[in-house]
Amino acid sequence: MNWLGLWLGALMTFGIYSFLYKDNPFYKVAEQIFVGLSAGYWFVYTIYFILIPNLFNKIGSDFGAHWLLIIPGILGIMMLTQIVPKLAWLSRYPIALMIGTTAGISFMRYMKSDVISQMTATMINPFSGSATEIVGQILLVAGTISGVMYFFFSKKHEGAFGVGAKIGIYFLMVSFGAAFGYTAMARISLLIGRLQFILFEWAPNILP
Amino acid sequence: MKRRIPLLIAFFVGILVIVAEFIPHKPFGSLTGGLEDWFMIIAGFAIILGQMNLIKVHVLKIKYRQPNWQYFIVTIISFTIMVLFGLFWGTEDNGGIFGAGASLVQSIGSKPFDYLFNNVYQHLSASMFSLLAFFIASAAYRAFIGRTAESNLLLIAAVLVMLGRTSLGSFLTGWLPEALGFFHLPNLAEFIMKYPNTAGQRAIMICAGLGIIGSSLRIILGIERSYLGGD
Amino acid sequence: MKISPTNIRRILFALILLGVALPLIFKLGLPIESSENVRMVYDLVNSQPEGSHILISFDYDPASKPELHPMAYSIARNALERKYKVVCTALWPMGASLCAETFKRLKEEMPEIEEGVDFVNLGYKAGGIVTIQKMGSDIRDVYPTDMSKNPIDQLPIMNGIRNLKDFSFVCSISAGDPGIKQWVMVAHDKNKVVTTGGATAVSAPAILPYINEQKQLYGLLGGLKAAAEYEKLSGHIDIATSGMDAQSIAHLIIIAFIAIGNYQYHFIRKRKKGE
Repeated sequence: MNWLGLWLGALMTFGIYSFLYKDNPFYKVAEQIFVGLSAGYWFVYTIYFILIPNLFNKIGSDFGAHWLLIIPGILGIMMLTQIVPKLAWLSRYPIALMIGTTAGISFMRYMKSDVISQMTATMINPFSGSATEIVGQILLVAGTISGVMYFFFSKKHEGAFGVGAKIGIYFLMVSFGAAFGYTAMARISLLIGRLQFILFEWAPNILP
Repeated sequence: MKRRIPLLIAFFVGILVIVAEFIPHKPFGSLTGGLEDWFMIIAGFAIILGQMNLIKVHVLKIKYRQPNWQYFIVTIISFTIMVLFGLFWGTEDNGGIFGAGASLVQSIGSKPFDYLFNNVYQHLSASMFSLLAFFIASAAYRAFIGRTAESNLLLIAAVLVMLGRTSLGSFLTGWLPEALGFFHLPNLAEFIMKYPNTAGQRAIMICAGLGIIGSSLRIILGIERSYLGGD
Repeated sequence: MKISPTNIRRILFALILLGVALPLIFKLGLPIESSENVRMVYDLVNSQPEGSHILISFDYDPASKPELHPMAYSIARNALERKYKVVCTALWPMGASLCAETFKRLKEEMPEIEEGVDFVNLGYKAGGIVTIQKMGSDIRDVYPTDMSKNPIDQLPIMNGIRNLKDFSFVCSISAGDPGIKQWVMVAHDKNKVVTTGGATAVSAPAILPYINEQKQLYGLLGGLKAAAEYEKLSGHIDIATSGMDAQSIAHLIIIAFIAIGNYQYHFIRKRKKGE
């Protein structure tokens, strides 16, 4: 049955790539199969690997130790009421619990990792190391400070502050350029993966 | 009751998580641990809700004969097949209602659920995203024009990184003497990534971080309530 | 003769397709140099004592498989060759299947490795950063069983493992959120566990600020090129390396088209304005 799998894979690939010429029914069908299978996969995995082991099995195997899990079970069912407009307000309780927890955790984690640690990482002695490192470190410190200045919108970007913000834009542009280069690299890598399948897995099976 | 209790829940759990960070002992530590357990289970239900909503939206589109409604039948059929395959014969490591499907595995090489995942879904997903390779090339040709100092910087950084992060960069400037090593394209690309790129990204990270901290506080204090919806 | 924009686009598409396909068939053998961040990851993976427990999280799906799967495979293989105990998790549901696929291949290549003793696939859990935070205090509560439904307490590989602090390092192979960023935030910044990993080239530039003097992130594999560099360092040339020639030529075509676009804008359009 390996040949069927290869043909299915190739058919799906060509279905998606047919969009390069123009939108067509073949592409649309492939697109909808993608959506349907993806949703089905998530559904099955959530039941098998989250709800059964972490909720039903725990309650079923040792109710005395895990009876409190009934609460998230009920909250979970309340979450599903979102689908029924009249009962949708019930889903606010589990949503509030999730949003509150995420907000609390994000508050702490972003404060430490993205604000304090990044500021600490910028407070370096830029004049240590080789000439290249010194130039780089000066750019790093100046770029971070001027970049932050650009994002400070409570003060008008004029005078000395405006100059700082302008320099910040230059650094951001270099960042975006580098990010574009990396994005192009990523997309080409995906195409390489596809062509490796077509050329080295599928094609050898159809060629005499 | 419909709005005030959810706001109180968000306030209470948000504060609890923050307090537990500073006082990780009982009762705060154990309460937060339990909360994290609950979160995972409710997140599971949220995923199920997402799938149910997707099907509901598609059924309504078919019902009201919206444009391209025929294709949404395909979505529902493929969703149903995947779910039924999963429930009937399970996944690679799990049995389903009809057992492990040993005879099926013998004839098609894997369970039907995994067969569809490996031979259909994986190819669809990879192809869908690899399409962007063509469009990013087309976008670069049409939009990557050096009109101003800023756009020239963007352009130069992109070209240097694209050359430096491939084998071509090593090939093109590999002959340079060691004294000019800085201008070797991979080194130049690494310099851009390590210093000016990191500076720009760090500025974005710090400012976005401050934004997230502000939003989190607004949610915990009940100032931001949009997640509760209308009424 | 004037070529319509649609046809220019189609020519570009065809050139990209050929630029990728031909070097895949006819190899050019362009050189591959390793970068500092890749060497950091490689050194970390190769500097632990035998029997160390490491955690690899498969936080991606088939959409980024061509970029990330070679990284996950190379690191897992390298770790098993060093006789580490490899525990795998997934914050993306399809990551669990891709993890199973990786170990299926590794089991064929290294028949001596045993599931539950040398490696284990714990599978997928929802919840992202909150779930990682829970793993920081008690991994057994998050994963009562592995993917094959074996109770976690009965797995020899999990002996002595209670939470993230019991791992020598954590490695997230990540396509986005939840992924390497969340692992840095919780595993390193909260639990002080060395964190490393790989990311798609799209997300790599935004992750780089974590590589700093505090070693929030210990090296990074960014994109297919980094996967090829890792393959070269580990001496096990595989699929990532074979794509490097194609990557180079495709980049060259994109750069050529950027140059044509700029030439058209600066010279042809200006000349027309002059007329």
